[in-house]
Formats: sequence, structure tokens, C-alpha cells
Amino acid sequence: MAEISVKEKMAIERTKMPEQDALERSRNFKEVNLGLPLEWAVREAQRCLACKKRPCVDGCPVNVHIPEFLAKLADGDVAGAAQILRVDNALPATTGRVCPQEYQCEGQCLRGKKGQSVAIGWLERFVADWAAQNLAPDKAPAAQTGFRVAVIGSGPGGLTAAGELARAGHKVRVFEALHDTGGVLRYGIPEFRLPKRIVDQEVQNLRELGVEIETDVIVGRTLTLSEIREEYDAVFVANGAGLPMFLHVPGENLKGVYSANEYLTRANLMGAWMDDPCGTPIARGKRVVVFGGGNVAMDSVRTAKRLGADAAIIAYRRGKDEMPARKEEVKHAEEEGIEFHLLVAPLEILGDEKGWVRAVKLQKMELGEPDASGRRRPVAVEGSEFELACDVAVVALGTTANPLLTAAEPDLKLDKWGNILADENQSTSIPGVFAGGDIVRGGATVILAMGDGKCAAQSISEFLKGKTPKAPEKAA
Amino acid sequence: MFKVISNEEIAPQLHRMVIEAPRIAKARKPGQFAIVRLKPGAERIPLTIADDDPEAGTITLIIQAVGYSTKEIVATQPGEFIQNIAGPLGKPTDIEVWGKVVCVGGGAGTAVLFPLAKGLAQAGNELTTIIGGRSEKYVILFDELSAFSKQTIATTEDGSLGEKGFVTGPLKRLLDDPATKPDAVYAVGPVPMMRAVSDMTRPYGVKTIVSLNPIMIDGTGMCGGCRVTVGGKVQFACVDGPEFDGHDVDYAELAARQNAYQELDEHGCRLDAALA
Repeated sequence: MAEISVKEKMAIERTKMPEQDALERSRNFKEVNLGLPLEWAVREAQRCLACKKRPCVDGCPVNVHIPEFLAKLADGDVAGAAQILRVDNALPATTGRVCPQEYQCEGQCLRGKKGQSVAIGWLERFVADWAAQNLAPDKAPAAQTGFRVAVIGSGPGGLTAAGELARAGHKVRVFEALHDTGGVLRYGIPEFRLPKRIVDQEVQNLRELGVEIETDVIVGRTLTLSEIREEYDAVFVANGAGLPMFLHVPGENLKGVYSANEYLTRANLMGAWMDDPCGTPIARGKRVVVFGGGNVAMDSVRTAKRLGADAAIIAYRRGKDEMPARKEEVKHAEEEGIEFHLLVAPLEILGDEKGWVRAVKLQKMELGEPDASGRRRPVAVEGSEFELACDVAVVALGTTANPLLTAAEPDLKLDKWGNILADENQSTSIPGVFAGGDIVRGGATVILAMGDGKCAAQSISEFLKGKTPKAPEKAA
Repeated sequence: MFKVISNEEIAPQLHRMVIEAPRIAKARKPGQFAIVRLKPGAERIPLTIADDDPEAGTITLIIQAVGYSTKEIVATQPGEFIQNIAGPLGKPTDIEVWGKVVCVGGGAGTAVLFPLAKGLAQAGNELTTIIGGRSEKYVILFDELSAFSKQTIATTEDGSLGEKGFVTGPLKRLLDDPATKPDAVYAVGPVPMMRAVSDMTRPYGVKTIVSLNPIMIDGTGMCGGCRVTVGGKVQFACVDGPEFDGHDVDYAELAARQNAYQELDEHGCRLDAALA
């Protein structure tokens, strides 16, 4: 195909993403973004200037070879693009959907300095979805090392490490505490943002690579880390987020008050949205208030809308610019009719005579000086209290470290919040034990957990060099 | 997949199931529970592990079939499979040598009490066990508990077995008699029973431990659905419990939260529709 000049490239406008109509989608759980047609994707890829500095790659926690895969796509070679992508990223169909690209690859894109960045996330999604339809998954490499590596947790960090380790020729077994794979990708992120068939397909790709997954194993309870260490040559701990944080205001244990973890787990993992009478129930509020301004808060409030709420409301103590949620999620939420009560803080949750939530009592805030996070600190406005009626309230304030694994392992050093201490190679205080994702970071993003998983896998291969396998697996 | 080895009805709608779960059988200690999910799409149900046999790789669950999901679980026949069992979960019972201990079980709670009582007896405590039920056929595990109890007392509401009345009747007598006054009481059963037992022992200053069964999903601390207020502090029954100091539990809140989905059912009739 003929070279496209820089001038021609610059003249191409950023593509739009076809979406389900906002009103229609706010009443169903189907994916909001419909995906790009081939021609649009190729055209969008042609916008990449292939600049020398490749800032997008530095912006990517798993360092995907972005200009290279875009170049293949720009030439119409989707299979070539897919091959580059799958080697760099174990879960491309996922990250293409849920990464905060505006802070990462797209945030660094040269085209974004004057105008709009290349839509790298949408193109990643396009290539990954195309590959799922058209390419056979990769198989385990012929050269096996004989080492056995255990991965604890099948969330984004664990799955990424598993994929990398399997590609390096190690025998990998993943232990998952829940009954199904994917961790937060399945229990947390809703169907309309990340369809479960995508998670199934990404997990299937790893199985094809030879990764074994055992569900219903709670490390720290069913098996201890020490027991696993006896059998495996190395371990990667990525058991994820832990106990949900609450507001610590009166009325928080009223019926109809959920942590976002519980609300989303009921809806997503347990399929409460499917309205199967034999399955797990969920309180479908008519007026649902969600506390928080992050992605989990957006997922919760948009789920509430889809479960039939007339009013689905975000209550956030800072302003819209301070919200940590992905911009696209906030935009989608606004289009779907989500109400935003900004600069309000909860004082109390009020109940009716039967112990169900009936309202939340809020206080108005104003923004003061920036705090340690760089965001302006909210300051209470005296005498500004008011009640907001609701029949379901969801608390999306984040999580603290889960103690189940670490409590049984005194040698594993923790920080003061109970998260595992890991260095830049994801090594912990126990040789051969590596850790990453939320159990180290205390709450981050899918892609940062994946970055940790990729780094840990490389560190594990490095650690195993020159060692003898404990129980050598015969090469298949 | 977890194979069902045996399944017998030991009281009306109360089943004892022995299931192959080698990892859990090996790790499990008295007081712990497992989360059972029968098949894809089914609920996750927390169930106390009544017993284990690590050599055979089996666990014993005693299941009261009260709702849709538990009815489906107990309908599983020997040789058939349960899709998911995760555990053991919760903190093991803090088995102490108290001296004289009264163990109180109400209805299906007696099944939860059984492993605790066994552990306490094995540790050298002198056990008096009181078990209650609506009528004779609801009083379970009498012989099993008698095997290691110094004395076993049954109470029934209709007087069809043992003493007529509630478990608190004999408990009061034991508390009042200096020769039998216990050093600790363990109580497991419906919330009103655990509350009544705790209220009764409080003035005597007798340490009372109850095992709570709030609504739960994951059982690993992730969802917070099982939160209970104990001594003014919010605790998660799945990771901080399920056993707590009975004198500190906010029973009214616990009872209210346990009923949340029955009340939702009254509005939506979801369960009725499913069972029809």
C-alpha cells in the first residue's frame, strides 16, 4: 500500500465509536460501545505519525508495541497487528475496553498535543476482537523449562502473569478463590462495559497456552502459601482487593445499604441482573444513591439505572474535575441520565420503621487548598445539611487489604495498611514469592495490576535461571 | 466438582451430606464453614462444616432445606456432583479449656454446635449439652452429642421429647446451681434463641459465645454483606467470625439484616414464583 504523507495523516479526524443509544442502553446490560468497523479502524490507525520518541509505549504499563501494531493495522494487516498485541498483552480485549487510556498511551500521544490523540484503546479492542474471531490461539511453547509456577488470583494481574509465564515455557497453575475466573473483571466490571464472553475468551486463550486454573481455592484457608511453596518453584500473589471500606456514619447497616463490592458482585458475578428467580437477589431501588467518584462508583450507579432505578445518583464530595473515574465512563453516565450531586459528603443514612434505608443526609462542601493527592480538599459548609430520598445506597469508597493470605504467613512483610511489600521487580520478603496488583498497591487499575503481572513474570523467569525444578514436569 | 458420597435426612428437611472435598477436609477446623454453589447460576450458600475425614478426603455438611437453593442442594444424590465448594472459611473456634461448659443448640443450629462441642470435649472440658426444637423430630444429633457430653438435655416446645419449653429453662437451672454453674456457654441457633441465651447469662457474668449466620456472598471478606455490629464495632462475620461474644452482638440489627431478602420476596414474590 502506498505511503501516506504526514500531511494526509494529519488531515484524518479521530474516529467516533459507535454506541448504543443512551436511553435504550440505560435499560439494558448490553455493551455500550459497539466497536469500530474495519475501514474506520484502519483509517484511525493511519493517523499515527510513528514518531521517534514513542511516548505512547512509555505511557503503557505493559509496554505494548503500539506504533508497530498500529502500522500493521494501517496497512490492513490485522493478523500482523494481533500477533504483536497478543505477545505484549495477555488481555488485549479487556484493556482495550477498560484502560484509562487518556492518562496512559493516549495521554502521551503526540497527536494529542495539538488536537486529538490516536484512539489507541479502541484500536486495541478492534484488533483483539478481530483476532478472537479469526485467529487460532497460541499454544504452549515446545521448549518447556520444567519449572512449576503458582499464581494466586485469576484477576488481571494473575492472568497476565500466567500468560507471560506460560509463554516462557513454565508450567502454570492459577488458584482462584471464587467459583469463576477473572477476579474484578468478572465480579466488578459490569457486562455493559466488559462483556463476560470477553473474559471467558481471554481465559480460554490462556488455557490454550497450557495454563491450568483451579477455582474454589482460598489461599490462606484452603491452602497456605507455605504449602504452595513446597510444591512450586515460584509463586506470584495477586489475590486482589480486600475488605470494602465503609463511610462510618450512622445507619450504614440498614437494609438496602451495600458496599459497591457486594452490589456489583450480586449483579455481575452472581448474575442478579438476569432476574433468574432461583439465583441471587438484589434490591432494585427506585432511587439509588452511590457514594464515590471512581470507576467503581460509575459502574455501580449505571448498574442501578439498568436495574430499573428512576433516579440513579452519584454523591461525591469533590467536584467533577476531581473524579478519578475514566472520562469516558463519566460521559457515558451523563448521557444515560445519571444525576450528579457534587461537593456533598454523607453525614448519616436514615431508615424507615422496618430498617430499610429511606434517605441519606448530606452536607455541602466547598473546595479548599490542594491536599496530598494534589486534588483540592473538600471543606464542609456549616448549616448546609439536607436529605436526599433513596431506597438503596451504595458505598464505593475503595477497599483495604484482604488479610486471609497474609495472616497465615508471618514471614511475608506488609506495609502499615496490610498490603504486601514488593520491590520494583515485584519481589517480596520471601525468596521466590512475588506479588502485584491491589494486594501490593492497595487499590489501583486493571492495567497497573497487569503491569505488575508482566514484571513479576519476567522476574520469576530471572529468579529460576540456574535453579533445578522441584518436581520436574515432563515436557509434553 | 465435588462428589456427594452420602445423603440422609436426619430430621424433617435436615440432611447430613458427606462430600468429597480433600483440600477442605485437610485444612478444616471446628467452627469453620464452606460456601456451596450447586450449579452454574445458583446462589452461594454458607454452610457449617459439621465434621471431616481427612484420610477419606471428605467433609460432612448438615443442611437445613429452608429456601430454594438449600432444597436443591439436599436433592443431590450420592454419586452426583456439587459444582463448587469453597472453604474452610471463617475463624476456627477458639477451643479453650474452660472447665465446665454448657453447649446450647437450637434446631438446625445444633448441627453447627456439634463440631464446636466435639472440639471442646476433646480439649478436656466437661460438657452439658442442651438441645431444643419445635418437637421431637426437630431435635437432632442427641446421641452423637451424648457420646462426649456429661449430660445431654433435650427441650421441645410441645413436650414431645425431654422438657417442655425452651433451652433457656434448663440453662437457668444450671446457672443458678453453684455446683453446675458453667465457666462458659456456647450457643448456636436462631437469632432469638442466641439473644435469649446471651441475655440470660449476662447477669451471671458467664462468657457466652455465639455463632452467627448472616447473609453472605463470597465468604472471604470481599463483599461486606455479612457485617454485624459487635461491641459497637462493625465486624465481618466471614473473616472476623462467625463466632463472637454473645453479650456484645447487636441482635436486632442482625435479625433485620437476615430478613432483607425475604422482605424483598414479599414484594416481588420471586421465591414463590420459582417454587411454584
